[in-house]
Amino acid sequence: MDTTILQMQEITKTFPGVKALDNVNLSVKTGEIHAICGENGAGKSTLMKVLSGVYPHGSYEGQIIFEGEELKASSIKDSEAKGIVIIHQELALVPYLSVAENIFLGNETSRGGFIDWNETNHRAADLLRRVGLDELPITQVGQLGVGKQQLVEIAKALSKNVKLLILDEPTAALNDDDSEHLLNLLRGLREQGITSIIISHKLGEIEDIANTTTIIRDGQSIEALDMADPASNQNRIIRGMVGRELSSRYPDREPKIGDVVFEVRDWSLQHPVQQDRTVVDNASLNVRAGEIVGIAGLMGAGRTELAMSIFGRSYGRYSSGSVLMGGKQVDTSTVEKAIKAGIAYVSEDRKKFGLNLIEDIRVNTTAAGLGKISSNGFVNGNKEIQIAEHYRKSMRIKTPNVMAKVGNLSGGNQQKVVLGKWLHTAPELLILDEPTRGIDVGAKYEIYTIINELAAAGKAVLVISSELPELLGICDRIYTLAYGRMTGQLPVAEATQERLMELMTIEKESTR
Amino acid sequence: MTLSTELKDIFTKNLRTSGIYIAFVLIIVLFSILTNGLLLSPTNITNIVLQYSYVLILALGMIIVIVAGHIDLSVGSLVALTGAVSAVLVIKHDMPWWVGMLAGIAVGAICGLWQGFWVAYVGIPAFIVTLAGMLLFRGLTYEVLNNVSLSPFPGEYGQIAGGFLNGLLGGYGFDTFTLVIGVIAVAGLVYSQWRNRQGRIKYGQSVESMAMFAGKNVITAIIILWFFWQIATSRGMPIVLIILAVLILGYHTLTTRTVFGRHVYAIGGNLSAAKLSGVNVKKINLWIFINMGLLAGVAGVVFSSRSNGAQPGAGNMFELDAIAACFIGGASTTGGVGRVTGAIVGGLVMAVLSNGMQLMGVGASTQQIVKGIVLLLAVAFDIYNKRRAGATS
Repeated sequence: MDTTILQMQEITKTFPGVKALDNVNLSVKTGEIHAICGENGAGKSTLMKVLSGVYPHGSYEGQIIFEGEELKASSIKDSEAKGIVIIHQELALVPYLSVAENIFLGNETSRGGFIDWNETNHRAADLLRRVGLDELPITQVGQLGVGKQQLVEIAKALSKNVKLLILDEPTAALNDDDSEHLLNLLRGLREQGITSIIISHKLGEIEDIANTTTIIRDGQSIEALDMADPASNQNRIIRGMVGRELSSRYPDREPKIGDVVFEVRDWSLQHPVQQDRTVVDNASLNVRAGEIVGIAGLMGAGRTELAMSIFGRSYGRYSSGSVLMGGKQVDTSTVEKAIKAGIAYVSEDRKKFGLNLIEDIRVNTTAAGLGKISSNGFVNGNKEIQIAEHYRKSMRIKTPNVMAKVGNLSGGNQQKVVLGKWLHTAPELLILDEPTRGIDVGAKYEIYTIINELAAAGKAVLVISSELPELLGICDRIYTLAYGRMTGQLPVAEATQERLMELMTIEKESTR
Repeated sequence: MTLSTELKDIFTKNLRTSGIYIAFVLIIVLFSILTNGLLLSPTNITNIVLQYSYVLILALGMIIVIVAGHIDLSVGSLVALTGAVSAVLVIKHDMPWWVGMLAGIAVGAICGLWQGFWVAYVGIPAFIVTLAGMLLFRGLTYEVLNNVSLSPFPGEYGQIAGGFLNGLLGGYGFDTFTLVIGVIAVAGLVYSQWRNRQGRIKYGQSVESMAMFAGKNVITAIIILWFFWQIATSRGMPIVLIILAVLILGYHTLTTRTVFGRHVYAIGGNLSAAKLSGVNVKKINLWIFINMGLLAGVAGVVFSSRSNGAQPGAGNMFELDAIAACFIGGASTTGGVGRVTGAIVGGLVMAVLSNGMQLMGVGASTQQIVKGIVLLLAVAFDIYNKRRAGATS
């Protein structure tokens, strides 16, 4: 059965200013489970979006051959008609509809416009048996756990006569039992001749289940490993994922490190909705004056959640832990108090959480520190312009004045506005969450320079990043976070990408 | 920038903000022709101010509600309730006029507090809370009035909406006091514009050309002086116009220059970002509704004074006039955008439309149809503009 079901040849996809995919090749054999590995942002999801028609034919270069024919999908519907179904990390189910209704959503079993409920529920029950889900077809999807919802998604894919099933991080949100069940199901589907592509960060899982692993790095396909070869172990995959040279993409800096400024002790928090799901479990860390400390962790490790929880409990339900600034315990239970305590948090999603895009640079710059430029509730407009101008110049924001709408700026300039906004609050600690996401290389260098200047001015800086080279390039010390737990900390001199990746992928069993 | 490109920008780039002013001028010209100049006669201008003042007062609160991304459907009922409370105290219980006035305003603020609590602290959408308020306050109005109208008010109370400051500095076929106020208004406006401009130059910001600046100010000055001349040759300075002017200035300042105003725009522009910037969203939302209630109280007092009594059915559909004024004045349906000046001009557009059609003897049914279409077109224009802006950015 050594036929090839899918050939993606020299796929190149560019976004304004960024080459997301650069001549990527992917070859998938019929009836195998094919894993795709790569760091966050390497281009895995983009590649799958090209394949599934989210990015239509013509918006990328290269050729896709599916079952011997060229695939020219102009929408998801087209690729689904050919038997390619993608299941995204964020499940696309309607929580208030039943399992059966969700399975056949957009594909209803009907006679003359009326839904045939008997047929629908009967076929749904069949599909549920195939995926091993012991629930009634009339159960509301919202009442099921994430693991079971994932199975409903797979049942939905099966209902469309799927030939190639793509799963984007299917086990990221699942507990161990659910993950195991899902992997078994995929093995079962393989027996039935269904080909799967699985994107996952859990290398142990990939070692277990995949027949072939394709590694993608920086938008390029690096290699395809035959997993039957005993040399293709986790370490081999890690080497492929991170194997790039560190060049002078990071400005030089002489660290001058002082006393501990910021300390978190035993911080734990729960998922905002799901009961009993611990997102961060007893995390402790500290940052000293003038020090740049990194937090490394894979998607879903709880990095952002930890930072947002510390910053005014902006995520999840707090369960325990304390924050100390300069050795004294401080109250950070609201954002206002956290700012007052000297903490600033630059979000990973600047458009959603950082900026008011319909306003100008001036208003955005002062948004978190209006108190500093106002008296008796009145904003001093001239002082405001002065301050916004100051940050525009010192951050080298490329606009003629501060009246430019933030929504019209490039990603790099927007990020500088956010940095200026938080510097204006005069924080002792800056938490930077993915400070260079979606920013081109030149602007990245400038952001790093600004970060270095902050540290040189004696601020404590905590950087969260998915890009390990970035952490290694700018940090003095790096913590690793895996599945909500701190799994280690390394001075940068001892840290390598391989070492960090090992710590970042420690699963719960191995520490028990 | 040269004068010609600036003039061009008014009709192209800045159409979203300047469009309403252009439309306002066109409507005035249209109805002046259709009514043979009756629209702009001194008596009628005074009349427009008196007749539509309460809608403008409501629009001042509504614009803040809408910029923050909410809506308030209850203000019509609240106008009735506050007017009724005031009337019961003054007419039935022989209280002095100012007790009735303050009580009406206080009841408005308390009702606003009630609604703000549900919106801000329980998290119910304002649409639902104020829809409930619309029924609730209407019902309370019937209770307070025992289902019957109360009238008439004693003399002083009627002065609030019907009185004039006249002859304070003597009259010579026109009222000198009114003209002096007009001159002061022009001087104040030009001075503040000048200071603004100097401030911007000092901080290296771009400013419009001197010709544009002077032209704008001269035209505004002429319009203001002409307006004051018209009312000076009619019945003098209406007291309600003074109330209105103070409120407009106050709320313009509140929205453009205060921390509170900034927070309102921040909440409407990006709620998540506002929260993560330390804005106390709940507190701001509470105050937005307290303020709206308070202004509904003021409008209730003015309206009851003008109609010289309180009716159980008073204020019907006022909420829609106030909301329409804001949207016609360029407020965004999704929040974050809108100006006090826009809402006032939007309210005046509605006022001139109604008044003009009344002068022409157009029936009430046609008036409603026209107003409905104008509202629809105004919002369609806004959405069109947004899409165009999105395409170029």
